[in-house]
Amino acid sequence: MSPREPRATVPVTIDGQEVDAVEGETILSLARRVGVPIPTLCYLDGLSVHGGCRLCSVEVDGDPRLRLACATPVWQDMDIRTSTWDLQEHRRRIIELLFAEGNHICATCVSSGACELQDLAATNRVDHIHYELSYADEGVDASHPKYVLDRDRCVKCTRCVRVCAEVEGASVWEIAERGGGSRLVAEMDVPWGEASSCTWCGKCVLVCPTGALSFKGRGVGEMRHDAEVVAFLSRARNEGEWVNRTDEEVPS
Amino acid sequence: MAAPIDLDDVVRFEREERARFVRRALVCTSTACVTAGALPVRDRLTAALDEAERTDIGVVSTGCPGLCSRGPLVRVEDRAEQTTIYTHVDTEGAGAIADEHLLGGQPTDGATTMPPDLPFFARQERVVLETAGRIDPERLEDYVGEGGYHALAKVITLMEPAEVVDAITRSGLRGRGGAGYPTGRKWALLAEAEADTKYVVANGDEGDPGAYMDRTIMDSDPHRVIEGLAIAAYATGATKGFVYVRAEYPLAIERMERAIRAAKRAKLIGRNVLGSSFAFDLDVRVGAGAFVCGEETALMASIEGRRGLPVLRPPYPTEKGLWGQPTMINNVETLANVPAIIARGPDWFASLGTESSPGTKVFALAGSVADTGLIEVPMGISLREIVFDMAGGIPNGRTFKAAQTGGPSGGCIPAQYLDTPVDYEHLRDLGSMMGSGGLVVMDDSVSMPEVARFYLAFCRDESCGKCVPCRVGTEKMHAFLDRICEGTGRRRDLQHLESLARTVRATSLCGLGQSAPNPVFSTLEHFRDEYEALLVDLEEPDAGNRSEEVAHEPA
Repeated sequence: MSPREPRATVPVTIDGQEVDAVEGETILSLARRVGVPIPTLCYLDGLSVHGGCRLCSVEVDGDPRLRLACATPVWQDMDIRTSTWDLQEHRRRIIELLFAEGNHICATCVSSGACELQDLAATNRVDHIHYELSYADEGVDASHPKYVLDRDRCVKCTRCVRVCAEVEGASVWEIAERGGGSRLVAEMDVPWGEASSCTWCGKCVLVCPTGALSFKGRGVGEMRHDAEVVAFLSRARNEGEWVNRTDEEVPS
Repeated sequence: MAAPIDLDDVVRFEREERARFVRRALVCTSTACVTAGALPVRDRLTAALDEAERTDIGVVSTGCPGLCSRGPLVRVEDRAEQTTIYTHVDTEGAGAIADEHLLGGQPTDGATTMPPDLPFFARQERVVLETAGRIDPERLEDYVGEGGYHALAKVITLMEPAEVVDAITRSGLRGRGGAGYPTGRKWALLAEAEADTKYVVANGDEGDPGAYMDRTIMDSDPHRVIEGLAIAAYATGATKGFVYVRAEYPLAIERMERAIRAAKRAKLIGRNVLGSSFAFDLDVRVGAGAFVCGEETALMASIEGRRGLPVLRPPYPTEKGLWGQPTMINNVETLANVPAIIARGPDWFASLGTESSPGTKVFALAGSVADTGLIEVPMGISLREIVFDMAGGIPNGRTFKAAQTGGPSGGCIPAQYLDTPVDYEHLRDLGSMMGSGGLVVMDDSVSMPEVARFYLAFCRDESCGKCVPCRVGTEKMHAFLDRICEGTGRRRDLQHLESLARTVRATSLCGLGQSAPNPVFSTLEHFRDEYEALLVDLEEPDAGNRSEEVAHEPA
């Protein structure tokens, strides 16, 4: 990317607030800049857009379908609504579905207190699971000397798949099978410890939103992830700027 | 280098050859009849003629004439334009037909035949299936002899690409894969796209339960699909094409591949098509058995050799498709309409069917009707005509309950709408959809919650797993239906089912998830009493207020 030139702005309305959006930016980037909260799970700054969790769905006036905030660029005079009753209901149900699919029992989880799924449940006021629990039983892969994979806590957001392929360049991870049977596998479904392509870099562990990937030896509530490292790395690599996104000045 | 085929020469030769035969026996060798034992029947007929050393009587292996429930079918054509269609022929029956009819010249006594004016055939309007069941799908010359590839020759020699796009636009042809997007508009989008390489793809990943239109077109008249694709490529500037066929259609794959080889040899595709500067390369790609690969973006991922997952649109395939190049994907049946539109003109096509849905539609009839099989009818025909007049009504003294159209993405149409015209708009207004053309008729013994459960199980099993609402939502919806169907469901299960269905429809990534709740919505709309009759608790006065508070207990 060339040294940054001031980019044109377009007027956009988000939740009734009239703001100037930078041309070409996504609804999510705009919302974060102006302080409108939109929940995300699979999205991560610095990685490609996956669009699988559907939590950042928003309503755009005149569009019968919901739009993904993480993937939809703003356009002039766009009228965005991010927290209508319907959207809140959809988000709650999606979060409930994730809880019902895996074994998300915070009381026994390494990531409790630093889990994005737990945060999502709290901020979206999910206190009951109305759906039959699946009681996932994929077991734990502790074959790696440094890290542990607990598939029953995996939400299949593919952050680890993307960070390994796009940032580390190792492509250890992939999702195998399909539908409810889809699962995270290392290489051709070998135990992680036998995956010769793994560089032990640990980025997958840092970006995991739940307790599915963790450092070995952590007890309940002791695991801390650091997903921002990816934004820092991709910024450093693509734009030659060794700064954190949080340090960035808000364009006027 | 071989010279390109001379189409008129072939037509002349085929006519002379045809005139040589006193009598011909056409044996259906499409999937359904082969399964019912058509190949030994054909071999028995051939053996009898060989034995009698008669070369003026022919046995032809054809594609599907449509009446699958009465197969194996043998159609005997006398020179005097007389035809007799024998049904349910076995090898013994084949011996009798060979001796008495083919050699003896008299229709076989005692064999089951079909009246020539059977409404199943008489009411059809065959455009896509015009030659299916009358020609040998494994012989290029048979298709050319019936006027095949003349439309391709016409566009290459007489028409500018823009004129071809214009003709398709004016014909009003709409996508036959289900959604009904105007085909001409799609072609124009690809024609406008600027790139060195553009692709056209025939989508033969038909996967709806009970639907087999595309399979039959591919295994009964593969050259029609090739001609349609070649015309599409010429009109849009594409140089490379793929026919994407699901792995479950081995006969269609085999015949498509054979047809492509034959067309390449005849210079109907490849470099310098028919001696012109137009080049078009075509290959078959076989799917690996995933329903979701019928979705455009997943289909392209599959062709590229990647995991068949849908990706976000835009960008649309006509902007950025296969290997990042502009790509257009048309359904097999859509493409099979193209040669006729070019040959007979867009105005002729627009005069068929209804104003907003011109042309014909092939339906695969299944379920509780007297005759199942494949029919091609003009758009706008009523369901009543199809079910009662053509398919012979509901057997076993039962009554009509509902017709399911559009497969797992569609819905059920109850008896009070039997007179609704069948076209894109009317079916959508009824909460169903045209879909690819599967039409499953259900009688009064069928439980509608069971039907919803069946289709939902299908979607759950076929979900790719990429997005949460489809991956988990279909599973949990199915769990609610399980409970309701097994008689342990409560009122709140039904409420959760409906609210979850709304979320799955609104938030899923691709068409599979967005339409997966349709069978639930449509059966609930028309048959809610059947659901309620299965619930174990009765309506409580405060049920509406309580439902959200009640914690769910696993079954």
